[in-house]
Amino acid sequence: MLYRLSLWLRSPRPFLMLVGFTLFLGFWYLAVEVWKLPRFREMPGLTTVLKEWTNPDPAYGLSIYTKDYYSHMWTSVWRVTQAFLLATALGVPLGLLLGWSKKLKDFVFPVFEMLRPIPTLAWVPIAIVMFVGTEPAVIFLTFLSSFFATALNTMLGVESIDESYVRAANCLGASKRQVFIHVIVPGALPFIFTGLQISIGVAWFSLVAAEMVSGQFGLGYVINNSYTQVAYPTIVIGMITLGAVGYATSALVRMAGNLLMQWRIRELAMGEQ
Amino acid sequence: MGAAPDAQPAQTRGAIRIEDVVKIYEPDGAAVMAVDHCSLEIEAGEICMIVGPSGCGKTTLLNAIAGFHDITSGRITLDGDVLCSTGRPKAEPGPDRVVVFQNGALFPWKTNLQNVAFGPVMQGKLTVREAREKALGMMADAGLAGVENNYPGEISSGMRRRVEIVRALMNDPKVLLLDEPYRALDSLTKSVMHEALLEIYYKNKVTIFFITHDLEEAIFLGHKVAIMTTRPCKPKKVLEVNIPHPRDYGVLTSKRFRELIEETSEAVHEEAIKAFQTGEKEG
Repeated sequence: MLYRLSLWLRSPRPFLMLVGFTLFLGFWYLAVEVWKLPRFREMPGLTTVLKEWTNPDPAYGLSIYTKDYYSHMWTSVWRVTQAFLLATALGVPLGLLLGWSKKLKDFVFPVFEMLRPIPTLAWVPIAIVMFVGTEPAVIFLTFLSSFFATALNTMLGVESIDESYVRAANCLGASKRQVFIHVIVPGALPFIFTGLQISIGVAWFSLVAAEMVSGQFGLGYVINNSYTQVAYPTIVIGMITLGAVGYATSALVRMAGNLLMQWRIRELAMGEQ
Repeated sequence: MGAAPDAQPAQTRGAIRIEDVVKIYEPDGAAVMAVDHCSLEIEAGEICMIVGPSGCGKTTLLNAIAGFHDITSGRITLDGDVLCSTGRPKAEPGPDRVVVFQNGALFPWKTNLQNVAFGPVMQGKLTVREAREKALGMMADAGLAGVENNYPGEISSGMRRRVEIVRALMNDPKVLLLDEPYRALDSLTKSVMHEALLEIYYKNKVTIFFITHDLEEAIFLGHKVAIMTTRPCKPKKVLEVNIPHPRDYGVLTSKRFRELIEETSEAVHEEAIKAFQTGEKEG
């Protein structure tokens, strides 16, 4: 792990990343505060946002010095964590079974495919009617698209496994159960983790939608509430925080995947040489 | 040491009889005959090479013996036991007939050692520790010391083939079924693999059923070479290779070897032209 980090630091990649961020922030600063381009003029500028964000006594009530900032962040992280774990716990087994059993797929998959394209927002009224209180409703809404992404990718993962591996395991005397444990699950793992990457992303996406509609806490609520109160810098603070926290959770999922799939890392490392 | 059968290791198990086997596919409603009344006898401990153009239906035969596919009619026996017949058209795959696959089927998520130890552990014949020990020994014998804890993706394709063969031999099979295992290798690696295979064969007495489209490979390795017709597949010519074992690469330049190539290349070429004209796909 440390070796990889030092390799990364010596490569041109951190430098390019820095250039990317500088260009992006520079454009924001220049467009809003220096050039005052049409359409950008009304937006909160980079310095305004930074000042508000690091202000011990923020004008609109939210900065890194206020307790509320962290409690909103924590509320969102906790909701996404619960929804993501639930989606993984249900989606991976369902996907494995759908890929494994043709019969099960034949009667579950059409329903699944019909529900999958329904956007989270369309579920909001049902979720509110179904659940008592906002918390379970928000988690349910966050869970939904994560669940579909995980289950679908897991299923595709099982279907992508080369028939030769199953045949080889049969030749070597593995029972059906052993084939499932030693071939199907590890064989589908790369796809499962692709699914989990997508899943954590759409979880944040849905969470914010749910919080904007029916929340009283959380980063989505902060953005929506600041909008109604014309607290424009706080909107941007909420957005940037979402981006950073979302990025961090994705990185965690990727790290978990790398830990579980050492064989792929080593294979890829061979390919680079 | 004279004719090939005398030079074979004395062996009592692993005799395969293919009797009048027919396989008809119906992919789009229209019947396609892949194997046509094919009969072939493979003696215990023999290396039998099946030569035919790509897509001629020889893999269908291998799949029937391995138990991956059923047959339409006929019978295949192993040491007198019926594997499959008209009444029970699909054999059960099992560790007495282990396949080495065309593109390799080592599990990429298991280390080479875990791959080799896989069979006996799954069958409950050895504990994980015993299997590891046996695997270490067999890998060392096959010149695979040092790659035990690597993943298959980290070693050369020639090495991978060797690991896969050792994984099969761990189960003490009666028959090894090899489906063009060296097809993707370059010719230099291939020549190394041929000698390595013979070396492994001399140590482990096992019947080898080897599919290839390379005539030189077939005559170099085999006791018996069956040249197959293109779809439907059946033996066109069966040749006893009377070059004594053990063989090494000197054989390739010998007069006898050249004569055998001359004797058979026309038959192979004819089938290749037929296959080309009917436009069979690779496979």
